[in-house]
Amino acid sequence: MRIATANETYLADAALIQTRTQWAWMGVLTVALVAAPFVLNSYWLYLACLVAINVASATGLNILTGYTGLVSLGQGAFMAVGAYTVAWLDRNLGAPFLVNLFAGGLMAAAVGVFVGLPSLRVKGLYLAIATIGASLILHFVFLNWSSVTGGSRGMNVAPATFLGTPLTTYFQLYWVLVPVAALMVLGAANLFRTRIGRAFIAIRDRDISAEVLGIPLLRYKLLSFAISSFYAGVAGGLWAYFFRSVGPESFTLVESIFYLAAVIVGGMGSILGGIIGAAFMTLVPEILRFGVEAIAPYVNNAGTLLSPVRTVVFGALIILFLVFEPQGLAEIVQRIRRFFHLWPFRR
Amino acid sequence: MSDLLFFIEVTLAGLGSGALLSLTALAFVLIYKATRVINLAVGEILMMGGYFFFAFAASMSLSPWIAIPLAIAGGAAIGALVERGIIRRMLGESPISVFMVTVGLGSVLVGIVELVWGTDPRTLPDFMGTAPIFIGEAYVSRKIAISFVVAALVIAVFLLLFRFWRGGVALRATATDQAAAYSCGINVPGVFSLAWTIGCGTAAGAGVLLGSIGGIAPTMGAFGLSALVVVIVGGLDSVAGALVAGLAIGLVEAWAGTYLGGEYKLVSTFGILILMLMIRPYGLFGTKEIERL
Repeated sequence: MRIATANETYLADAALIQTRTQWAWMGVLTVALVAAPFVLNSYWLYLACLVAINVASATGLNILTGYTGLVSLGQGAFMAVGAYTVAWLDRNLGAPFLVNLFAGGLMAAAVGVFVGLPSLRVKGLYLAIATIGASLILHFVFLNWSSVTGGSRGMNVAPATFLGTPLTTYFQLYWVLVPVAALMVLGAANLFRTRIGRAFIAIRDRDISAEVLGIPLLRYKLLSFAISSFYAGVAGGLWAYFFRSVGPESFTLVESIFYLAAVIVGGMGSILGGIIGAAFMTLVPEILRFGVEAIAPYVNNAGTLLSPVRTVVFGALIILFLVFEPQGLAEIVQRIRRFFHLWPFRR
Repeated sequence: MSDLLFFIEVTLAGLGSGALLSLTALAFVLIYKATRVINLAVGEILMMGGYFFFAFAASMSLSPWIAIPLAIAGGAAIGALVERGIIRRMLGESPISVFMVTVGLGSVLVGIVELVWGTDPRTLPDFMGTAPIFIGEAYVSRKIAISFVVAALVIAVFLLLFRFWRGGVALRATATDQAAAYSCGINVPGVFSLAWTIGCGTAAGAGVLLGSIGGIAPTMGAFGLSALVVVIVGGLDSVAGALVAGLAIGLVEAWAGTYLGGEYKLVSTFGILILMLMIRPYGLFGTKEIERL
């Protein structure tokens, strides 16, 4: 709570943006996001689009894991469901891409509920393991249901068309991916101002007390699964339009671990955490690439070092954050903010 | 008649790989019993065992009989270091955090192996001989037969140690009630270290056996996932469960892989997992402690 922000109504207390400074920062962010495609080159736009997709998916997982306390290692598989749905609809029906994205989300939500229903008899680690099992079974379905999914070769996706223009360049895709991701983040932030979102948080903090307070556990846990899988499905659909092909190897267990790691590194149960976590985990491999390129003249076969170094750093980040900064990057940001709020008074 | 013979051969091979699954599951159970940590990195430590053996026996051309103990010691050392350096710091954190730490550890180990040895699969130097063994008329690969015998011996030794050795009794006491064990003068942190050291050493040994059958690759940690299913089915804290479920899962994988096709192996295993979680989440022999919804 900062100084001089006493709120007099509940509405003001629950507002997303409470101070003028925050409005100013949001303005800066919006201007930056709008200006970015005109300033950045194609490579950085590619990364920006990738970050947008990952932010959407990580925010979805944050709703399930960070806010409802249900750990899932199936986010990658749910994204695959969305991506396959979009690819199939695009090929067989040729519906507008926004409709496809929505359908992909719904399909993933349905699969998520289907997976969640039996898994919810157990919780904690058992749930995590059950979602691993479910994602391996989904992988098997993608690989073997060839008439729909194209088997091991996967499917190609035609570029999305918006108002008659095919979206092929990263510049064009940016204008679709970033607004969709922003909308989804906004939706998640608003979710936790409602009864449903507060019920999720109550379930996370103590499920038995939540039930005593009149929250039907099963219904709300399934709802959380559905919303989270919907996010994953839409993100997977965006992914399909971005990479223009979907295959069974596109979304492996490693992807699911990636999203859980992004939520952990960013900060569980924090919308800001999901965003910075996803951005951070997407950009770290690129930073490593620059590092490897920098040492390339001095080391033999530096190129082959890249993938293993990324794997090591990926694991090390998970370990280091969990051991030293369990609240994640969001907590670091809070600490910096607190420092400036109190700045002249506390050294 | 030959169909029956074929079935018996498949079954024997399944029992062989099932014994290896049991051995790996034993590493899970040992660590879970003592520290209540599900160590998903067991698969990767198993892989490290295979690579340590490769390094000692092939690269440094030591005799296999020296390389095997060194590989096991290497795995045990990793276990001891991880327990002391990371897991001990995480005491009292939520089980999910500790689980994710072991996931991260697995990633680090895979990366290190790829850095040092590259991503190509390799074969381990042969130390068991290749002459096939026949049980009656049924053919059994020599390596699988030897692995089965070794795994059975190791598990038997473990069962005896749990029953009679001071350390084994201390471990069971810690598993039953940490606070009571502590007040009886049992060195609980010592038990934690011991469990991780022995568990990871066992996994590394299983890695040497597994690697000598099918070769080693950075992806062989996936074997740990099958072993994870074994411990869930058998019960997370039950040695007998690991034994029975390991053999059962090995059989199911062999039958599904032969009669339905290789791609059905993992699916049948994980189908059993989901079924088990729905019916008996605490496993065949595990302690009932899971809260239901």
